[in-house]
Amino acid sequence: MEHYRSHVLICAGTGCISSGSKKVEAALREQLTQKGLDKEVKIVETGCHGFCEMGPLVIVYPEGVFYIHVQETDVADIVEEHLYKGRIVERLLYKEIGSHEGIPNYKDIDFYKKQMRIILANCGHIDPEEINDYIAIGGYEALGTALTTMNPDEVIDEVKKSGLRGRGGGGFPSGLKWGFARKTPGEKKYVICNADEGDPGAFMDRSLLEGDPHRVLEGMAICGYAIGADEGYLYVRAEYPLAIKRLRIAIKQAEELGLIGDNIFGSGFNFHLKIKEGAGAFVCGEETALMASIEGQRGVPRSRPPFPAVSGLWGKPTNINNVETFANVPQIITKGADWYASIGTEHSKGTKVFALTGRINHTGLAEVPMGITMRQIIYDIGGGIPAGKKFKAVQIGGPSGGCLPEELLDMSVDYDSLIKVGAMMGSGGLVVMDETTCMVDISKFFLSFTQAESCGKCTPCREGTKRMLEILTRITEGQGKEGDIELLEVLAKNIKTTALCGLGQTAPNPVLSTLRYFRHEYEAHIKEKCCPAGACTGLTQYNISEVCKGCGLCTKECPVVAISGEKKGLHIIDQEKCIKCGACMAKCPFKAITKG
Amino acid sequence: MNSNQSTCCCGGKNNQFNNLDEILKKYQGVKGSLIPVLQDAQKAYGYLPKEVLENMAEKMDIPISEIYGVVTFYSQFHLKPRGKNIIRVCQGTACHVRGAKTILQEIEDKLKIQAGGTTTDLLFTLETVACIGACGLAPVLMINDNTYGRLTPESIPEILAKYR
Repeated sequence: MEHYRSHVLICAGTGCISSGSKKVEAALREQLTQKGLDKEVKIVETGCHGFCEMGPLVIVYPEGVFYIHVQETDVADIVEEHLYKGRIVERLLYKEIGSHEGIPNYKDIDFYKKQMRIILANCGHIDPEEINDYIAIGGYEALGTALTTMNPDEVIDEVKKSGLRGRGGGGFPSGLKWGFARKTPGEKKYVICNADEGDPGAFMDRSLLEGDPHRVLEGMAICGYAIGADEGYLYVRAEYPLAIKRLRIAIKQAEELGLIGDNIFGSGFNFHLKIKEGAGAFVCGEETALMASIEGQRGVPRSRPPFPAVSGLWGKPTNINNVETFANVPQIITKGADWYASIGTEHSKGTKVFALTGRINHTGLAEVPMGITMRQIIYDIGGGIPAGKKFKAVQIGGPSGGCLPEELLDMSVDYDSLIKVGAMMGSGGLVVMDETTCMVDISKFFLSFTQAESCGKCTPCREGTKRMLEILTRITEGQGKEGDIELLEVLAKNIKTTALCGLGQTAPNPVLSTLRYFRHEYEAHIKEKCCPAGACTGLTQYNISEVCKGCGLCTKECPVVAISGEKKGLHIIDQEKCIKCGACMAKCPFKAITKG
Repeated sequence: MNSNQSTCCCGGKNNQFNNLDEILKKYQGVKGSLIPVLQDAQKAYGYLPKEVLENMAEKMDIPISEIYGVVTFYSQFHLKPRGKNIIRVCQGTACHVRGAKTILQEIEDKLKIQAGGTTTDLLFTLETVACIGACGLAPVLMINDNTYGRLTPESIPEILAKYR
């Protein structure tokens, strides 16, 4: 085996690639060769580190020095200073919020320090296209343990005891689900991995598949053994080309080593995996719709029971879990259910990966133990709200979830507490909003999403979400009427109780939760015809204040010639003509134009 | 012209179904292969022409109505020719709160088409997508398989220029 004195890890996740990490890698390769360091320093392309905001990311081992926003032009410094002379390149270090001090080691950065990385442990640290990297740190050990020392019932008991619950949204106990599929008699059974991550604002599954695909495959194989299935499908969104590519490589490598295929570890257990690319339909994240889609039909849900564990793919008993759920399984087998159950709260065990996005300093992926508070996630890990703005709400659980206000920041984040306050874990997207976000607009945004993605099979979802969206649209346009709020509530309640599948049943949640915590914003839109956040263009007005020096820049900028005034005199905006594009405000050198 | 001309995906009337036959051969006997067949056919033809779907229906012994149902259900499939470059502007939550609307507006203005439209020179098709999953870089867009993040309206012309 070759030895290297240094390893340079370059993030090759979707985020960093689009920030230019491929160019950085090419430059690094070239300059290392030029300096004759290519035999001493190894370049490793890794999956996502989860700190996408700071990309492209480069880590130099053995020191663990963490460089951020690395561009092609910075490579010379890293090679010359760090790799050649052993000096850290200060200017490329992450600077702490507040003190602005550079932090060399990634383990000391708040964003990582306060996380508990179990599922994401390998992401960013191994080459996802190299199975030996995964095996070297204990990969496939769990599968070996399960196949050679445990019977299927023991595997299921272990998963039950660990308290693992589905990470796709519902939070159903995984061991119980596996048990149902095992109990159903049948020669042929299936395991399906739901990688149709469609919630806007969630990308942990994509990062896992791109950064540590074998962990998911191993989890699926263990599940196959437990329930008695010899075939598995990974249903992946077509929008994730890199994840699909890495999964294909991973499956091929695992097959070559006999870790997937026939007679694994000489145990007589056979397990084969196939990838199915989704074709662009959010509703296919619903398990019955997903199975219809694999079967080559329109992805339309059907009523349950029968549940997939009884009659699933092609009528055979099937177990479906999402990516993150399967990723939890190998560690439960190797480290034991007791260890796993020691993390988290009484009814929510283990860790959860959250995707932090929106108005927050550190966007990225954060894995934390269940039961942590929202405040810790947003402020300690996420670094708070940028540009000195005030926190307003956090949206959790995507289009099925809800918006939580500041008062609830200190509550425990777990499945049951979130349901109580009208939100849900969902897939774990956390979108942070500040004072400039309008809550009516946000609930309209989510509803227009679910409305567009409604499959049209059942009436409450097809028609009901349409009516709700119409009402929200007229409220944001200043046409809201007395009684609109009450009508929204009635519709929401009916849709929740009568829609066929999870998509429809949870579609009203964003509206209900914003009504619960931000009702005054709805009222302001309807009664006072104003948008407190200044986000609804139909309700905002631009005005020029006394500060105006009459320079005339705004008149040149205005696309509809709505601004007039004498040179060096106060200008005014014709509200009839104004289209509220905001171009004048952006251009004004004296900040004389206000929005309200 | 180069020698690839004879295998050009749009082909002449006569060899239009050669591609389809090859695709069907690949999936022969595979259960539930309609969606992969459609995906491959769209890759080969650029879109799903009516004649190809009719031929597919006959050879796969699936009613054309059912195929039409599947094609129109999934947003990935297209019944009309599309541009050489597909622009997908993300409309996800993170992008929404970071100004995705202005990005879409800018592209619409620059290309003089609406979302869902194709430029007359068939160079660009503009679409919106619910979420690309690159929320850390919001607002983002994809052109073909390339992702561009941290967009501002000012950054758009430069990105488009790469594909002209």
